[in-house]
Amino acid sequence: MNQGPTIFLGVFLTFASAWLGLVVAPYVQLEAQRSQNAAKVDAPPETPMEGLPAQGRQVYRANGCVYCHSQQIRPENFGSDIARGWGPRRTVAQDYVGERPVMLGTMRTGPDLANIGTRQTSAAWHHLHLYNSRITSPGSIMPRFTFLYEQHQVVGQRSSAALTFPPEWDVKPGYEVVPTNEAKALVAYLLAMDRSRPLEEPGP
Amino acid sequence: MSEQTISIAQTESQRQAFARQRAAIDASARWPVLGFFTGSVVWLLIGTVLALLASIKLHSPEFLDGPSWLTFGRIRPAHLNTVAYGWASQAGIGVTLWSMARLSRTELRYPRLLMFAVLLWNIGMLVGTIGILAGEGTSIEWLEFPAFAPPFFALAFAIVTVSTMVTFSNRREPHVYVTQWYLIGAVFWFPWLYTAANLLVIYAPVSGVSQASINWWYAHNVLGLWMTPIGVGSTYYLLPKVLGRPIYSYQLSLLGFWSLALFYNWAGVHHLIGGPIPAWLITLSIVGSVMMLIPVITVAINHHMTVLGSFRQLRYSPTLRFIVFGAMSYSAVSIQGSLQSLRTINEVTHFTHYTVAHAHMGAYAFFTMIMFGSIYYIVPRLTGWEWASGGLISFHFWSTSVGVLVYFIALTFGGWYQGLDLNRADVPFMTIVRNTLPYLQIRSWAGMLMAAGHLAFAALFAMNLLHFGKQRSGPTLFFDRPDAATLTVIGDAPGRTV
Repeated sequence: MNQGPTIFLGVFLTFASAWLGLVVAPYVQLEAQRSQNAAKVDAPPETPMEGLPAQGRQVYRANGCVYCHSQQIRPENFGSDIARGWGPRRTVAQDYVGERPVMLGTMRTGPDLANIGTRQTSAAWHHLHLYNSRITSPGSIMPRFTFLYEQHQVVGQRSSAALTFPPEWDVKPGYEVVPTNEAKALVAYLLAMDRSRPLEEPGP
Repeated sequence: MSEQTISIAQTESQRQAFARQRAAIDASARWPVLGFFTGSVVWLLIGTVLALLASIKLHSPEFLDGPSWLTFGRIRPAHLNTVAYGWASQAGIGVTLWSMARLSRTELRYPRLLMFAVLLWNIGMLVGTIGILAGEGTSIEWLEFPAFAPPFFALAFAIVTVSTMVTFSNRREPHVYVTQWYLIGAVFWFPWLYTAANLLVIYAPVSGVSQASINWWYAHNVLGLWMTPIGVGSTYYLLPKVLGRPIYSYQLSLLGFWSLALFYNWAGVHHLIGGPIPAWLITLSIVGSVMMLIPVITVAINHHMTVLGSFRQLRYSPTLRFIVFGAMSYSAVSIQGSLQSLRTINEVTHFTHYTVAHAHMGAYAFFTMIMFGSIYYIVPRLTGWEWASGGLISFHFWSTSVGVLVYFIALTFGGWYQGLDLNRADVPFMTIVRNTLPYLQIRSWAGMLMAAGHLAFAALFAMNLLHFGKQRSGPTLFFDRPDAATLTVIGDAPGRTV
């Protein structure tokens, strides 16, 4: 008996069923939800980030922040995301419209960042933390992103963008550390991260 | 059905005819299969270095930091992609091509085109890996290669699929063996998955969280519909061959295959439990994950009953030892996976190192170990040269098996405690970070043990390719057997490693 066609057909149909269920159906549902939202007068903008924060998202992507930081808040009775103060409500599909890439994350070696812009509002803190997280957060195992900063000799006036270190962490006398454009963009992105807008109705 | 129709040599002249046929098949597969295997061994070593770097950085964050390309967030995806596509996939393709040709009793088709596929695949690996380290990675898990790399893989894969299917459709053996079903599934499913996921997430991204659901539909299926069918398929082929007895139940193997095809497809979105996607989607994936118990238990019974009574063979056969270890890990990791997809357990384990342990149990303790065993079987038949040292194979086995078990146990416990603490809002975050450090350090030591095993394996592989050392008269086994020189595997040449 020639089983070739039977196997091939079975392999095709089983795969196609899941493709319709897990890829096509949610796509259709989420697109329908999106067009409903767009029709509302007070709907949130489709592209919430432009300019510097949008560039910062690409710095976040390039350096793989997603491998330790999630950007999603689980519901109140599931985990302790809300109790930890990571956000006032669970995040919903609407919160991610227009993001490219969507970086929900699957790991919390570091804390969730879904609302980091509302939790830590100081750009100076973020710069110090990125330069060396042990300065602001003793015990942290985050990498140092020193390659996003330039250290050079102070010539005349100190740069206004230069990082201000606590005395025990200061760089060589006569030198200063200034953020590159990438660092500025990344911090702008972190400060813009806010998924706390109240919802009209519970999410999906 | 047709299980009674397998062609078995009855007379001496038939035996000789089959031996000639076998030699012709091995000759046709020699260069493409050795090409994919060579690529896989090189990327295994690169992936291992990246793994150690990433592991050490997680407990000693200032280890080798400075340049952007050495930052954890680039090294980690570079590790995943080199081992998943460089090592596991190339080893899997080599095993697929050889097994399909042997089981179809016909020469492997388009060997020259397959050599071109080896080249394409490895160029894709090189530019993709450099891309990730240079900051062009996509940060979409399992699809991190920047947009310029996937076409290389898609084209190489098209060649592999066409060659496998044409070889199969020219089969001289009327009986289609269960391994062939799995391999047909693998070479058909993966290209569809890979192309669809890249198109919808990288090239023309769909909006919002649909990206995430497609991402995890893809990522879990790399394990479920690509590595698993090859790993299980190769076990189904080599167990009976080495043991010299047929597989326990043909009906069970049917049930195992079709239930896997039906349920594994649906499992992936359990990676987003608690996330901002429609609840029905997650529930459906949990159902798919739990239903996976059917194929897993079916396959476990079938494999176990086949080996039952022959466990002493594990003492001699390198192939058998790696494959039995892999097959047992498959049952363990799959049952664990079904449990882990339940909301109550996932609430703890999601976002922790527990998941990392689980992933290594699947991709390493299951799939990689079966690939090691398969390569030990296949390569001497292609090169006509025996493995240089049974002792070195033994070192490879013990360092990798002990290494991955220590790895798994350390991160499973570390991850579980991490998850329990994360769910208690009164435990400060930095306390959790501090508490996981010892487990992460143990993981690095376990990783070094596995790396030592990989070095032994790579050395053995290189020595075999180069015909290094003195020629052996019999198979390379762990211990001498009185009948070693005449040890004959069902349907295979005598005197080779089993």
